[in-house]
Amino acid sequence: MAAPFSWIRPEPHGIHVGPADCWIDPSRAVDRALVTHGHADHARGGHGQTVATPATLAIMDLRYNTREGATPVEYGETIRLPGGVDATYIPAGHVLGSAQILLEHAGERVVVTGDYKRRADPTCPPFEVTKCDIFITEATFGLPVFCHPPIAEEMRKLLDRLAAHPDACVLVGAYALGKAQRVIAELRAAGHHDPIYLHGAMERMCRLYEDHGVALGELRLVADHTKEEMRGSIVVCPPSALNDRWSRRLPEPITAMASGWMRVRQRARQRNVELPLVISDHADWGELTRTIEEVDAQENWITHGREDALLRWCQLHQRRARALALVGYEDEDD
Amino acid sequence: MEAFAALIDALVYTRSRNEKLRLIAEYLRATPDPDRGWALAALADGLDFPAVKSGTIRTLLKERVDPVLWTLSRDFVGDTAETASLLWPAPAAAPSPPGVSEAVELLSAMTRKSVLTELPLLLDRLDADGRYALLKLATGGMRIGISSRLAKTAFAQAFAVPVDEVEEYWHGLHAPYGELFAWAAEGEPAPDIANLPTFRPFMLAHPLEDGTVDLADYAAEWKWDGIRVQLVRAGQGEAAQTRLFSRSGDDISATFPELLDMLPFPAVLDGELLVRGSAQGGEENERTQGGAASFNALQQRLGRKTVSKKMLAEAPAFVRLYDALLVEGEDWRPLPWSERRARLETLMPRLPASHFDLSKVVEARDFEHLAQIREGSREEAIEGLMLKRRDSPYIAGRRTGLWYKWKRDPLLVDCVLMYAQRGSGKRSSFYSDYTFGCWAGDPNDPHGAGAELLPVGKAYSGFTDEELKKLDRHVRGNTVKRFGPVRETDKSLVFEVAFDSVHASKRHKSGLAMRFPRIHRIRWDKPAHEADRIAALEALIRD
Repeated sequence: MAAPFSWIRPEPHGIHVGPADCWIDPSRAVDRALVTHGHADHARGGHGQTVATPATLAIMDLRYNTREGATPVEYGETIRLPGGVDATYIPAGHVLGSAQILLEHAGERVVVTGDYKRRADPTCPPFEVTKCDIFITEATFGLPVFCHPPIAEEMRKLLDRLAAHPDACVLVGAYALGKAQRVIAELRAAGHHDPIYLHGAMERMCRLYEDHGVALGELRLVADHTKEEMRGSIVVCPPSALNDRWSRRLPEPITAMASGWMRVRQRARQRNVELPLVISDHADWGELTRTIEEVDAQENWITHGREDALLRWCQLHQRRARALALVGYEDEDD
Repeated sequence: MEAFAALIDALVYTRSRNEKLRLIAEYLRATPDPDRGWALAALADGLDFPAVKSGTIRTLLKERVDPVLWTLSRDFVGDTAETASLLWPAPAAAPSPPGVSEAVELLSAMTRKSVLTELPLLLDRLDADGRYALLKLATGGMRIGISSRLAKTAFAQAFAVPVDEVEEYWHGLHAPYGELFAWAAEGEPAPDIANLPTFRPFMLAHPLEDGTVDLADYAAEWKWDGIRVQLVRAGQGEAAQTRLFSRSGDDISATFPELLDMLPFPAVLDGELLVRGSAQGGEENERTQGGAASFNALQQRLGRKTVSKKMLAEAPAFVRLYDALLVEGEDWRPLPWSERRARLETLMPRLPASHFDLSKVVEARDFEHLAQIREGSREEAIEGLMLKRRDSPYIAGRRTGLWYKWKRDPLLVDCVLMYAQRGSGKRSSFYSDYTFGCWAGDPNDPHGAGAELLPVGKAYSGFTDEELKKLDRHVRGNTVKRFGPVRETDKSLVFEVAFDSVHASKRHKSGLAMRFPRIHRIRWDKPAHEADRIAALEALIRD
């Protein structure tokens, strides 16, 4: 009999499931990929077969035209892979379509979280705690300084600033997949029903969200409107456009950014952000450690992020843990 | 404290200089004395509380947070005060923030022993932003992108007074600057500093980039490789006092006591502090008793609170004069440079030649000729040339078109990146401090005994923000070992390093120390074995 858990192995380019010969979130093209969610550092084009939730597949199709080999799996559904491996997709609460993947083989259970958070998000179903033997967790915000405030507070900051500068606009840098739609949905929930202006790169993803039942209210494209019309409005763009020439067409933009990194002042200054909004789709330190406790696995594997600190925490709390060195994950914009 | 914390927070996130000025001015107008005076002092110069240091904060946090988690957090955030403000355990009681003056009083009263119990009580009264502002205030340098000049300009703007006057009085007064506010805000008489040995802000130069100047309008002087100082004597008879100030206005009198009895009349003199030796100014002018030693020799005397007799005898200091601002009650600053210079020359016989000489004017036929003279200046270990407009008054700060510094072209050497460390402040969490080395032995000799890289210097400037991101990625992707906050890299990247001079040093394994090393170019294209050898640097030593 094979050694326990020898069927699943971290490699530099992803997590390899031996008996099924498939990879989870591989950073290069493979024959069979199980994809947790649609962010570019997890979902890449060019795989022979891609197993993911319908929403994730739709996102990947939008980005890479990957209709071929797409194998949809609903939340809660189990798919049987070759070699006697079962994969179940479970909500991760990260972005639309995001899933944890539960892998079962020879009576052993492994959960790969992909990216996740524990806060409520109007754009996707919440994270579900799943018991397992090995818990493979992300650690993007794996330092005790990271504590994301309630999102309502951050919305208040944004709307207060807007109200104080009726002749300007607030330009919010937000990751085009997930963060942007969540910010818009939360603004609506906070009672802001004015039109929100979008950078062109945001449009198709917002439409995709709406097609999946996420109401975003009235959205307009910056390119179709004059400076005057946009005074007193909120404009959403990808973080890369914040300090770009593009923003010159806006009326006196106040630069805001919605990101968990905004918790650290110097990080905000590095990006020339005037209004930092601490909003993240990743678990903060408290959520990461709470989740490890609740899942209560025999062993925790920690992927990308600040794994040193989470390893230390596991050590202090007598939990077995190891760090995985996976390449290709980028987290700077979240 | 809430208003101050809000101000600090707003300043951190404000880019526009005008907006920063507006924010500070608004705070100064709206805040009562003495809170605003302490806040202004904190912004302009930083306050000093002997019992409260960064180390104190680390100690307090390590009692409350796992030390490893503290270190990892501090390393990422890049600022002790901010890390502590974020990690401080949330107090049970609602915040009851102290006023700025109350906080200053409490911090002043703390001793090295009591601080460990009293500072936590104070922190427990604040929220995270308040803790950040308090810890910034308590540990001196704010490092939030506000220069001393900007703070004073904001003060001047708040009360519509000339900023040059603010500068003039500033160094004769102390925090919380009651007299300054009384004068500017309440219309009381201006503070009287005539008989105080007060620092006057220096006139500074812009670098001469690619332009030329007409020598009919500009005079040239050597730029000596010492430290710029101001020697001030004020008051009459028994009450007379003499002080020596550094470029930033720090009182360094105690470090160079031999100069304090040498100025026989009230005056404010501007010059270069040097120590005796033979390396600099080899060409003697008639009043020079001898040349000056290299900066390396001067460095042995800097930063000392007391100085031994042996040091005084071995490395005596003197001032090579550039200018005079005030002499015997008369303000020379409005006079043109040529007039000040002529008067300074007539003043020299009244100053002891053992401790003063005059920086000579460099004569040249034309700019071309001057360029040749500058090229030849390397041998004399001079930093370069100064170009001063002949008709310009002495104006505090850096005014365009009046003074230029024209440094020698730097020396260049190709080095290999060996270690990287995270920066702080604006560069926190980026690997931005680089240690690089040159080859001992020949890396290209296949039959040689093997070459080894020895560190020759460290630099953290000379690259753009974009390049910094790329370098940061290189370090993360090419790490071979970690030592706490330091990463050792795989010795694959070559930097072209620019530096002003190189000296023998016992402190480094390579036996070399560079002056002002900075990254000149990143040679992504160059293989490491083609970098320079230690011998190439040794050949450039001049002392």
